[in-house]
Amino acid sequence: MFVKKRVAVVGAGMTKFVRRAQETGKELAFESARQALDSCNMRIQDIESVALGSAPDAFDGVHMKGEYLLDGAGAWRKPYSRNFVGGGTGVFSPIHGWFHVASGLYDTCLVVAEEKMSSCLPHPQTAFLTIFDNMIERPLGPNLIWIFALEMQRYMHRHNIPKEQIAQVAVKNKRNALDHPSAQIAKAVTLQDILDSEVLAWPVQRLDISPVSDGACAVILASEDVARRITDSPVWIDGVGWNLDTAYWTNRDLYFPRYVANAARMAYGMAGISNPRKQIDFAEPYDPFDYKELHHMEGLLLCRKGEAPKLTAEGVTERDGKLPICPSGGLLGVGNPIAAAGLMKVCELFWQLRGEAGKRQVAGDPRTAVAQAWGDLMQIGTVVVMRA
Amino acid sequence: MERQKILTVAYQPKAKYAWATGIAISRFLKGLKAGEIMGTRCEHCGRIAVPPRIFCEWCFKKSDSWVKLPDTGTVNTFSVSYITADTTRVKTPIIPAVIGIDSTTNAGFLHLIGEVKPDDVRIDMRVKAVWLDQPQRKGSITDIKYFAPLR
Amino acid sequence: MCTISADGTYSLAMAYMQILAGLFDVVAVEAHSKVSDIVDMSPIYDLALDPIYTRPLGLNANFIAGLEMNRYLYGSGATSQDCKRVVDKNRRNALSNELAIKPANIESKSDGPDSISYPLTRNDVAPLADGAAVVVLAAEGAARSLCDNPVWVEGTGWASDSPTLETRDWDKATYAELASKQAYRQAKIHDPASEIQLAEIDDTYSYKELQHAEALGLAAQSSVHKMLDQGVFDIGGRLPVNPSGGSIGMGHTLEMSGLVRVIELVKQLRGDAGKHQVHDVRTGVALAWRGIPTTSGAVVVLSNR
Repeated sequence: MFVKKRVAVVGAGMTKFVRRAQETGKELAFESARQALDSCNMRIQDIESVALGSAPDAFDGVHMKGEYLLDGAGAWRKPYSRNFVGGGTGVFSPIHGWFHVASGLYDTCLVVAEEKMSSCLPHPQTAFLTIFDNMIERPLGPNLIWIFALEMQRYMHRHNIPKEQIAQVAVKNKRNALDHPSAQIAKAVTLQDILDSEVLAWPVQRLDISPVSDGACAVILASEDVARRITDSPVWIDGVGWNLDTAYWTNRDLYFPRYVANAARMAYGMAGISNPRKQIDFAEPYDPFDYKELHHMEGLLLCRKGEAPKLTAEGVTERDGKLPICPSGGLLGVGNPIAAAGLMKVCELFWQLRGEAGKRQVAGDPRTAVAQAWGDLMQIGTVVVMRA
Repeated sequence: MERQKILTVAYQPKAKYAWATGIAISRFLKGLKAGEIMGTRCEHCGRIAVPPRIFCEWCFKKSDSWVKLPDTGTVNTFSVSYITADTTRVKTPIIPAVIGIDSTTNAGFLHLIGEVKPDDVRIDMRVKAVWLDQPQRKGSITDIKYFAPLR
Repeated sequence: MCTISADGTYSLAMAYMQILAGLFDVVAVEAHSKVSDIVDMSPIYDLALDPIYTRPLGLNANFIAGLEMNRYLYGSGATSQDCKRVVDKNRRNALSNELAIKPANIESKSDGPDSISYPLTRNDVAPLADGAAVVVLAAEGAARSLCDNPVWVEGTGWASDSPTLETRDWDKATYAELASKQAYRQAKIHDPASEIQLAEIDDTYSYKELQHAEALGLAAQSSVHKMLDQGVFDIGGRLPVNPSGGSIGMGHTLEMSGLVRVIELVKQLRGDAGKHQVHDVRTGVALAWRGIPTTSGAVVVLSNR
């Protein structure tokens, strides 16, 4: 595949992730966009196009919320569009921005991801009822956590994984997040804390789950010539991939996210990566639940099916391990304002690959990394590969 | 930020829908009312699907041969839930499961498991549908009360 | 597969960029409307209004169209009578369009006043309809091997003006003007009024067709309604506008409607438009608007060169 124009990330910014922000969604979007512009000394006039990602309208409680948010996202009188692929949105957003620039039609694109879940009462989770089939599933009164529990159970059964090995991911990520300035619930928890937490829908317990959050992130993309004028260290988006599996989730074996693997292959192919295990220096897979990090490590072809829990137990995925996974602290530690959480991972790649991740910096001068998000009805994988 | 008093505005959306169930699910629901689980076969690849649909998403061809399926199956995966749809906690757990219906190609649908202790539920357990009595059935997924262990 | 939360023409523009970027050779674009599943549209529109500033006013969302129509008539010199001519033209055109909703099937809540929000009346509002539309785009090489009569995308553009009622332009469709500038620049069109032979443009409300024609550079603001009256926009006129019947005639399919405008252009440019065919067309422009309360729209320029 011959890509018309090489695209780089030249700036990034994000708000704190909190349970309930005083700011409106527009204000959160503005905060993150303003920070991203300031981070590379660009003005809004330098931005030729804007791509926004945000998950369901039901959270903010505004239908067509992409329209409502656009002024906060810097899109006044600009080409502006909003993409939506459920939880995959955060990593799809830079892909959406990427093809604006890679096509040659625009030299710059401001990518914003915003989520304001706290508006939805009694609890944002109740908005997820609509993810279930309106005709043959909703009458059963399901809770979103059921689907995760069903997938987690299948994964654990298939590979004989004890709960302890899965809970270890939550311990690692919540600890990693202590070094993230925007983190919502960074905490040094023990394995026992996770295992003692309330059982919601076995095998899912309360501390297996990332929190509900408000927050926004933004990155600025530029074509190669322009990027080199803006910054000495652009970070290249060398691979993009996305793949959607069938919405008939009950007709699939949930133990392995083949759609993540398909998306990863597309991105790795573009980036010239034939051996991801060796060629990826660190990764930010999507971790809304602790078992998802493991599920997605395997989906990203970073290890064999069923091997991810062992690597975690051996410390390979710690920040100072051979293959750091979620050095940011992930959704479990930093927070989960759905679309913003995915883009947070892309921001992490940007900062790490420029050596700007401060106390979270992974050692050994990383050059190549992958970020991934996931969502809809357990069906989409969105992947970007970035290089210093 | 979180300590300051903030002004809020409250709003209750009213979104009322009357969903057309479509060609496939209409027939499926009618089948449930009659005490039958209906599936569709793709003439191209032979796959039998439930929930039924009029197209096979693998072949992207019409898949409208109707097949009456057994009301028995295998537990593909399950959970033991202490929360309801609106996150209310319950003492007696609910057991959601994906039940792979017999004689389909790895096809199942979401339902509940009953007449069994949570500790005794296993993946690959054999189950059978327990139906509402015929006069109570109205063409809904809940015409099946739950699936119980096949004895 | 990905979803773009906008009119189908936005998805077309995204697919266009994906192909230009070299990512894919063939991309399918889909949009649909299943509005009949909604029992009452008004609360859905209400949900799109600003929750702090606008919703508490408790108005039916069509008030926004009423405000805009009033300002547009004031600024352009057009009258309600001119708007009625748009409706009559498009309904007449739709009689020749086999895909149009049958007039007998238009659900009309006929009880209640004719006036929705002065000066907007029930007659000015395109009736809602269900439907689905798919367009397949291909890179040039693939297009030539897949198809004998490809219709070329010469340019695309999209833009949004202010989402808030308090800070937007009320008499001009600035979003459409900005979008068309991008598309015309790519298509190398300098004088749209003379280089374009037909237009399929959003007519969710009758006055929007006039406002949009001006924004696309097809006529000056004070001239648009005069050209309509003179028959310039009729099927047999110099610059047919909505020969398909538009949303007013075909039925309004919400976020599919822009893609319908594109498909109608494709049919015209291929000579496949049957009874509503316009003759000697080389270049056409389609415009989508996302509807109230937005100021967002997209433009596509197509040709059969």
